[in-house]
Amino acid sequence: MAIGRPEPSTRRAARGVTTTGAGGMLDDGSGPESGGVPVTAVKLLVAGGFGVGKTTMVGSISEITPLRTEELLTELSVGVDDLVGVERKTTTTVALDFGRITLSQHLVLYLFGTPGQDRFWFMWNELSNGALGAVVLADTRRLESCFPSIDFFERRNIPFVIGVNRFDGSPPYTVEEVRHALDVDDVVPILICDVRRRESSKSLLLALTEHVIERSTVSMG
Amino acid sequence: MTDDDHWFDEEAGPLVRPYAVTGGRTRAVHPELDLITLVVTLQLDVRAWPGEPEYESILRMCRSPMSVAEISAALKLPLGVVKVLVGDLIERHQVMVRSSRAPDTTMLQAVLEGIRRI
Repeated sequence: MAIGRPEPSTRRAARGVTTTGAGGMLDDGSGPESGGVPVTAVKLLVAGGFGVGKTTMVGSISEITPLRTEELLTELSVGVDDLVGVERKTTTTVALDFGRITLSQHLVLYLFGTPGQDRFWFMWNELSNGALGAVVLADTRRLESCFPSIDFFERRNIPFVIGVNRFDGSPPYTVEEVRHALDVDDVVPILICDVRRRESSKSLLLALTEHVIERSTVSMG
Repeated sequence: MTDDDHWFDEEAGPLVRPYAVTGGRTRAVHPELDLITLVVTLQLDVRAWPGEPEYESILRMCRSPMSVAEISAALKLPLGVVKVLVGDLIERHQVMVRSSRAPDTTMLQAVLEGIRRI
């Protein structure tokens, strides 16, 4: 494959980092309605370029029809036709699709698709904050569309796996060819998948969780 | 009671000016609230807010634990608005929240086992 990922120096600089959300308030699980049963929520991300199948994957494995949440963005823009110094506020909406999988009585997994557009990087901070890891979906017909996702997770040291989503007519590259083109570390799992199939999406989540566990074991010595 | 027990529907209608419901407040005083912070109702008493149906909606939804993202999706309110409203409910001791915590090996193994079972 001719295409390769740009060097880190050309990659987008990191934006501000949000603070972690590990507040210790009201966190004892002893409320009357909870019956003292602790429920923990965990989050995995599904990233990749536009149209690669992120929402399809969330939908194929979620126990609920994927939900959509939105955040309003207020941007200050200076209109060229306005008087000098007069700023105009514009409001944009960022949409996030997500699904839910109840893993046990005590554990709920949320799967969030990342917004694809570069201008929504700020939303990735909130999304990645506390995320266990990410599935990066790649389409071999336009592999470069997943470069920004890979860069982001590498930079944040967030574990990820790559799912090469097979589309009808997509070039039959091998895992090694994809690994070479994406320039990712040998330890990053790469799977060929079809995220329309629930079992395929499940395999990606299993590979990711195993990878997260391996990495946490290594980092703990 | 199931997590899908959403009693509200499209009839609730969109809010044209979402932050009107927060009285114009755009920042939550509880920065620990994130997308997957779970909200659980402690006290389903909405008399404190006559005419503010969003609080009641949240309290009804969260009789079983519901994430901030799910509340936002169900009420069709932006995340920032939901954080402000949930913050109000925390102040009034009507909900408790459970923020996500850093994963440990036990939790990761539970996630792995859980995914294997689905």
